[in-house]
Amino acid sequence: MNVLPTDPAARAAVRQGVSVSVATGLYGISFGALSVAAGVGLGPTMALSLLMFSGGSQFALIGVIGAAGTPVAAIATATLLGLRNTLYGAVVSPLLQVRGWRRIAAAQVTIDESTAVAVAQPDPAVSRIGFWVTGLGVYVLWNAFVLLGALAGDALGDPRAWGLDAAAAAAFLALVWPRLAPRRAQLVAGLAVAATAVLIPFVPPGIPVLAAAAVAIVVGLVAPATVPAEAPSEPAGDTPAEPGTESDREPAR
Amino acid sequence: MTTAALWTTVLVASLACFALKLGGHLVPRSWLASERVSRVTTLVTVALLVSLVVVQGFADGRTLVVDARVPALAVAALALALRAPFILVVVLAAATAAGLRALGWG
Repeated sequence: MNVLPTDPAARAAVRQGVSVSVATGLYGISFGALSVAAGVGLGPTMALSLLMFSGGSQFALIGVIGAAGTPVAAIATATLLGLRNTLYGAVVSPLLQVRGWRRIAAAQVTIDESTAVAVAQPDPAVSRIGFWVTGLGVYVLWNAFVLLGALAGDALGDPRAWGLDAAAAAAFLALVWPRLAPRRAQLVAGLAVAATAVLIPFVPPGIPVLAAAAVAIVVGLVAPATVPAEAPSEPAGDTPAEPGTESDREPAR
Repeated sequence: MTTAALWTTVLVASLACFALKLGGHLVPRSWLASERVSRVTTLVTVALLVSLVVVQGFADGRTLVVDARVPALAVAALALALRAPFILVVVLAAATAAGLRALGWG
């Protein structure tokens, strides 16, 4: 493997980036198939993957469209879900130290996976390697497999027969799982489940998700800075631990 | 949704998502250092993802249903509790739902 850097830490970062890229990229097949099945054609499906490039937002948008939701609900849901990438950008920006068009490229590949691999590395130089290998690797493979899934969508038939609807639900569960450790997150999750389940029969698709977000905003604004019961388990506060929490799972493999 | 509305939705949402990413790279660190801002962002992400699990796992249009997706989610939760990797969790859930439907349930 002459292409790998000689520094062991850099080699580890490259390996993590490649394995996360392959795992995430493969999942693009189900997005491509589900998006076409939801009535989003091949062109808009690829535009979403290439331009939006944020799995949660992409699934949310086609979910609202597939459920005959309004454009405003679809845009709002996808945008709110993309809000966490702002936080990730602020976290990785000091590590990357880039300007101009490279900063544009870095912003576009700032997602869960690239941030998780970047922050898991021992020093900024290795973080940069981890970020770019993961970000560009996921970008290329995700879009390639979305195209494959979208083209094979008709041949696959009903995505439900393949369990792809359950796969999407499981993917959201897997994304939220490592974030549920703090007590306050569990409280918000419980309220979000209740708000969503209560509203689904009564309001247009997409609105229950926004209502759940509104509940979280209210809790975040009115809650005290630290809940005494959870202080010992998360001395660093909620946010700095977030990307690291995820990185504990994925790139460690 | 018309083709024009669909493309508008896709492009506006994509632009908004890119602006959010770039915004993170451009904001002064002091702004995000606000404990309240970071706390709200963290909790909103949790609420959105949990809400999407409910919508994607239990909704059929405007009806709440229990079908093959529910045991699939249970299998996914078990796999997550056992620290299975992301891709395995997703594949196990799909296989569970596909298997149950092949048997004629859900």
